[in-house]
Amino acid sequence: MKLEIKDSPGQLVAALKPVSDVGGNIKSVIHERDPLSESKTLDVEITLELPEGKLDDLKNLLKKSGVSILRIGEERFLIRKSVILIGHLIHTDLSDTVDRIDGTGFAEVGELSMIMPAVNEPTSAKLTIKSDSIEDITRAMDLLRDISRQKGILIVEPLEGI
Amino acid sequence: MKIAILGFGSVGKGLARIINEKNLGIIITAVGDSKSGIIDNKGLDICKILDNKEKTGLCGDMKITPELILNSADYDVLVEVTPTNADTGQPALEYIKYALSKGKSVVTSNKGPIALEYSNLLKIAEENKCFLRFEAAVCGAIPIIHALEHGLAGNNIKRIYGVFNGTCNYILTRMSDEKLTYQQALLEARELGYAEADPTYDIKGIDAAIKLVILANTILGFHKTLDDVDITGIDNIPSDALQLAGEDEKTIRLIGEIDVENEKLRVSPRILLKNHTLVVQDTLNAVTAETDLAGNVTLIGKGAGSVETASSIISDLLFIRECNGRRY
Repeated sequence: MKLEIKDSPGQLVAALKPVSDVGGNIKSVIHERDPLSESKTLDVEITLELPEGKLDDLKNLLKKSGVSILRIGEERFLIRKSVILIGHLIHTDLSDTVDRIDGTGFAEVGELSMIMPAVNEPTSAKLTIKSDSIEDITRAMDLLRDISRQKGILIVEPLEGI
Repeated sequence: MKIAILGFGSVGKGLARIINEKNLGIIITAVGDSKSGIIDNKGLDICKILDNKEKTGLCGDMKITPELILNSADYDVLVEVTPTNADTGQPALEYIKYALSKGKSVVTSNKGPIALEYSNLLKIAEENKCFLRFEAAVCGAIPIIHALEHGLAGNNIKRIYGVFNGTCNYILTRMSDEKLTYQQALLEARELGYAEADPTYDIKGIDAAIKLVILANTILGFHKTLDDVDITGIDNIPSDALQLAGEDEKTIRLIGEIDVENEKLRVSPRILLKNHTLVVQDTLNAVTAETDLAGNVTLIGKGAGSVETASSIISDLLFIRECNGRRY
């Protein structure tokens, strides 16, 4: 988000503190001072991660500390995990598998690429699950494991980030 | 130091040859295979025995049994290198128990007895003030037991994971690099002697799982059996899956993993970046230990082979001699 703050000592801290107050995590802060500017305010661009539903709280807190928000660009589902599914994916209704992940509300299938094998051979597909937090990805993976067990699909998971 | 060798297959022969060639101060006083045996308390003529074995399939006299060797040969340490039986551990288990109960130290490459009855065997060894060492049972030439037990002493080990089976690693390497099918790669592994005629143990992940059980029970003090390991092998991995992984500069390897905190053991094919430390080529093994003080420590080396396995056995023998104040 892009913020406008007063150009006086302590203001940047005042603008960033509400982020941690609502449990957010600051990824980057771009703080540029334009020497030619006559304005008594500064523009600050911060990139942050917020827990689900905390954006309104943050907006209110910023308003109270006299910081105005110029722009908010929201991007969801930054955490990804790619797995490879092996089995009779089409015959076990791949779209149902995807729907059940998407239907959770906390995760979705971002990418799906597949190699169609010879008839009667198992199909391999690379599936990327996207979510907002490690916890949600873990929940989505648990769900995918359940679905795979039901449908007799083998999941090959990444080694890192277990 | 006098040793008796039970088991005269690839490992036993390799060991005898090296002891004969290198001046290590080790004397072989008895050798026994499944059909025969030979004893000479002054030291055997190894070249002659190797020759005999080559020509007749026997290492000695058919009247000399393992029991006779255990009872009547003069030895400080029993080297037990008979084939593994993962279900019962026999007959190796009885040989090992007998030697330990007589106060003789034992060095073994045999996974069965260690995976099945480590705590019991250790008790017998301690009661009789002798040693039980089994470096060769896990990852061939890699001194993983020694590294975890002594080299990283004082560390808390959080996780142990890696490539524990060279046969699977060879098959996956070939499928990934040369786009071979699973069947083609398996056939090639067989022709090169990397896979057994019945490769079930390797490709189903059972061999890797036994190694995890050994590490868990011996290094971490768990009480696990093969049934406690969540095992998925590589026999259902099509080369398509490796091609998909390859699109992102990744590949698939069979990874054994011990999650120490949750006491979970798992063997499964996993996706790794191609430049990951554990992505080793061909039949190599690679194991990473995650520790609190030393950080991550990774050991890479040959997981099988006659001379390679003998290296671990010799290291155990010399360790025992060192611990005994070089009395032998």
